[in-house]
Amino acid sequence: MPIQYYIVLSLALFCIGIVGVLTRRNAIIIFMCIELMLNAVNLLLVAFSKMHHNTVLAADKATQAGIEGQLFVFFIMVVAAAEVSVGLAIIVMMFRNTHSVDVNFLNRLKN
Amino acid sequence: MSATQILFWILSVVALFSAIMVLLSKNPVHSVLWLIAVFFSISGHYILLNAQFLAIVNMIVYAGAIMVLFLFVVMLMNLNKETEPQKNLWLKLAGVVSGGCLLMILVSLIRQASEVTNKQVLLKDGNIGLIKNLGKALFSDYVVPFEISSVLFLSAMIGAVVIGKKN
Repeated sequence: MPIQYYIVLSLALFCIGIVGVLTRRNAIIIFMCIELMLNAVNLLLVAFSKMHHNTVLAADKATQAGIEGQLFVFFIMVVAAAEVSVGLAIIVMMFRNTHSVDVNFLNRLKN
Repeated sequence: MSATQILFWILSVVALFSAIMVLLSKNPVHSVLWLIAVFFSISGHYILLNAQFLAIVNMIVYAGAIMVLFLFVVMLMNLNKETEPQKNLWLKLAGVVSGGCLLMILVSLIRQASEVTNKQVLLKDGNIGLIKNLGKALFSDYVVPFEISSVLFLSAMIGAVVIGKKN
């Protein structure tokens, strides 16, 4: 499978996430779109890892090249899990104060 | 066209359709469920790329833990489509146009890039995605970032408790 297909698929998912962040006002949906963008990047990292592995595999049969990409995806998932727990706590706190998840209420830092 | 290529196209169509439905759903619960569909199709892509460990971790961590957390928060807030605020039509149109322009520019760049022409992705083969090899690399070369990530988890847990606490 050519790498271009994976790149275009990931770019499409990423741009759908960007459109979601730009067009919705619900804080939870915006947060979900950020997760979608993270996953698009993860998919592209795995595809590039397998592409690099494929090019090195022609010269060396026992190679482990490209494993760093998949480990990087693992660490991205770790950071994303931590980020989601803190972010959802912030959204819950915001809902408790303003009784809404509309991000337009957050246009000032005071009050 | 081989079976893996057919699977690639099916999974891609499912992923893109579900991602668009995440945006178009008025009800936040439906958005969460469509996002779970996106994550499962991305897990299918990982299996197709023979990244089995990442496929399982994606299913357990994302589709299992994170999305259940989202669903829990959505149901806790009792959001429905009547209370959801909407941006005005021109702002929505501007967002869609700017996202589409970014996609168009990036795709046209990729079509011309010489670094990625004639490069093939190794499907359903190769052993770097297996748990054995990933675990060896993780616990030998990358053990320090792995331990640091545990500290990150601890600080995130404490932070979430402190932020979510009623004062």
